[in-house]
Amino acid sequence: MPVPTPINQMSNIFSYIVQGTAITVGVTLIALPFGLLIGLLMALVHTYGGKILNRLATGYSLLMRGVPPIVLLFILYFMISGSINLSPFWAGSISLGIVSSAYQMEILRGALLAVGGGQMTAARAVGMSRLQAIQFVILPQAIRHAIPPWSNEASIVLKDSSLVYALGVPEILRRAQQLSATTQQPFIAYGTAALIYFVLVFAVNRGLDYLSARTKLPTHS
Amino acid sequence: MSDFIAFFVRFLPDLLKGASITLLLTAEGLSAGFVLGLLATVARTYGSKFWRGLAVTYIELFRGTPLLVQLFLIYYGLPGLGLTLSRELSAFLALGLNSGAYQAEYLRGSILAIGDGQMMAGRSIGMSKWKTIWYVILPQALRLAIPAWSNEPVSLLKSTAVVFLIAVPELMAKAKSIAAKTYDPIGSYIAVAVIYLAAVYLLDAFLRWLERASCIPGFETEGRKA
Amino acid sequence: MTNPILETRKLTKIYGQNTIFKDISLKVNEGETIVIIGPSGTGKSTLLRCINLLTSHDGGQVFLDGREITAKGFNEDEVRQQIGMVFQNFLLFNHLTALDNVMIGLTKVRKMPKDKAREKAMEELIRVGLADRADHYPGQLSGGQQQRVAIARALAMDPRVMLFDEPTSALDPELIGEVLNVMAQLARDRMTMVVVTHEMGFAREVADRIVFMEKGSIVEEGSPDDLFYHPKHDRTREFLWKITELYGKKEKEKGGKS
Repeated sequence: MPVPTPINQMSNIFSYIVQGTAITVGVTLIALPFGLLIGLLMALVHTYGGKILNRLATGYSLLMRGVPPIVLLFILYFMISGSINLSPFWAGSISLGIVSSAYQMEILRGALLAVGGGQMTAARAVGMSRLQAIQFVILPQAIRHAIPPWSNEASIVLKDSSLVYALGVPEILRRAQQLSATTQQPFIAYGTAALIYFVLVFAVNRGLDYLSARTKLPTHS
Repeated sequence: MSDFIAFFVRFLPDLLKGASITLLLTAEGLSAGFVLGLLATVARTYGSKFWRGLAVTYIELFRGTPLLVQLFLIYYGLPGLGLTLSRELSAFLALGLNSGAYQAEYLRGSILAIGDGQMMAGRSIGMSKWKTIWYVILPQALRLAIPAWSNEPVSLLKSTAVVFLIAVPELMAKAKSIAAKTYDPIGSYIAVAVIYLAAVYLLDAFLRWLERASCIPGFETEGRKA
Repeated sequence: MTNPILETRKLTKIYGQNTIFKDISLKVNEGETIVIIGPSGTGKSTLLRCINLLTSHDGGQVFLDGREITAKGFNEDEVRQQIGMVFQNFLLFNHLTALDNVMIGLTKVRKMPKDKAREKAMEELIRVGLADRADHYPGQLSGGQQQRVAIARALAMDPRVMLFDEPTSALDPELIGEVLNVMAQLARDRMTMVVVTHEMGFAREVADRIVFMEKGSIVEEGSPDDLFYHPKHDRTREFLWKITELYGKKEKEKGGKS
């Protein structure tokens, strides 16, 4: 990167960090659904699986949530990049997704619990199989319960995506650091990074609030 | 497995040294955050427009950005404004400010749950607004907040793990240097994970005990009896 | 009777577009028990809160002992010490025992020494028949007991006037009697009281004067006999007919309890 002149310095700082924003958003958009997939499987296994599966899922959740995300991120990252050839971006995103899966599992477990056993009994009574009951009766209700806590998790993953900075992924924070070095304007560089995060988190929260309001069942209080 | 145990035992003294700094940072951040959170919530709920605005801005800014970014802004950014702070002080500030914003929300939830009725009852026997807040609202709000609040120490303990990125010599920093020494990053980070896991569960058990010990008979059934 | 102890002059309260009540002028003499009756949503509760300055008013004045307490700069906290208030939903301090609930105003507002405050609080608990529940937390008391503690809490401040805002309407029927008994005893002791209630039996037996309010204004006031047996207005008659129809059964069930 060329050394910027003082005149275009400010606009350069801004546009350079904005490019990092795409990477931050990318990491989040990979990690979230990946974590959702594993988390949903784990939650279903925990709620409807047998005793052994239930224990395994509980152990997974306790283990993963008992360790700081950045420690897990490092362990998973070195494991993944040691066994398959993936770029830091992908390895980091997937690792972050696995970190999030345990938290998403707990959210979904709570939502399944909130639907209650009566709904399963009622669905079986009209002749549905267990899987059909889960698919057509339990999940549509559980997802609604899960939206508010899940939107909280979405903004946590977005904020945690800053951790892949430590893996060398050129996301917002890494770019802020580079710019701080070249421009000697550390406060502006890191302040801009903070501002972008704030706007992103704000947008995610508002977007999911809207979704929650839209999907609310009429009788729900 | 036995290899890992040998590895773990070999570096345990070093790791425990890091763990003591981690715990210290957690305790400091939690205390600072508690004071900040309490002030911010009271300002937000009962303050004038100016104080309300200030409190909301603080809470939203620190909840809406990553801790790591806050840490860098304080440690690397503030010198740009002529304010240079040590690593330890920067870590303390970032953790305290960050935790304060979250603790404010826990408290606010319970103040809202108590409702206007208690304020009215306090005022009805002639207490001033601030006396009612101090003697009636806060004692109840703090107790009500304990279940939700008890997530915060554990959450903050886990959050401290990022401060090694400004080279504060806590647990993760130790793991990093062991990884560099032994060329075994996975082993050293797993060793550290084990220590975090132990600390988190001990802390959690302690908080659960605290929750039971501070319980008031019938308090949780408030409003249910006619 | 001499000068009224409590008086409202043209008191008015407006919420946005809604007039809650308008031009309420009411005189309460020392030692008198006034019962305010009327349909729900006619502003009776808000009137009590305005008198106690817990809610701001939008016009008119309130006088206590001839002094205008609605005047600018008047010390609200001092006024509230002199006007006790009992709420529909008790509003005990849930983190304090019954005794501490009664004591807290004495120690924190009146700055009374602890041992003296405890003595006084105990006296008030004895007065409402709850000395044996002094160490219980609100959550361990029945609704009726909670309301009696709330009465003791208000009495402890030695108020000039006591306001009761539907004190029994959140209670199970079998618990209403114990609260009304305490209130009747207070009336016999010549405590000045303003009571908003739907308990017509209590109104008939205990009130010196009954005020019928509807749609934010006073329709009629008079002695229990006047109002119950010779109401001047059709609206009063209709209301009383309706309420005896609705509550008559409940009153009978309670028997002579109140």
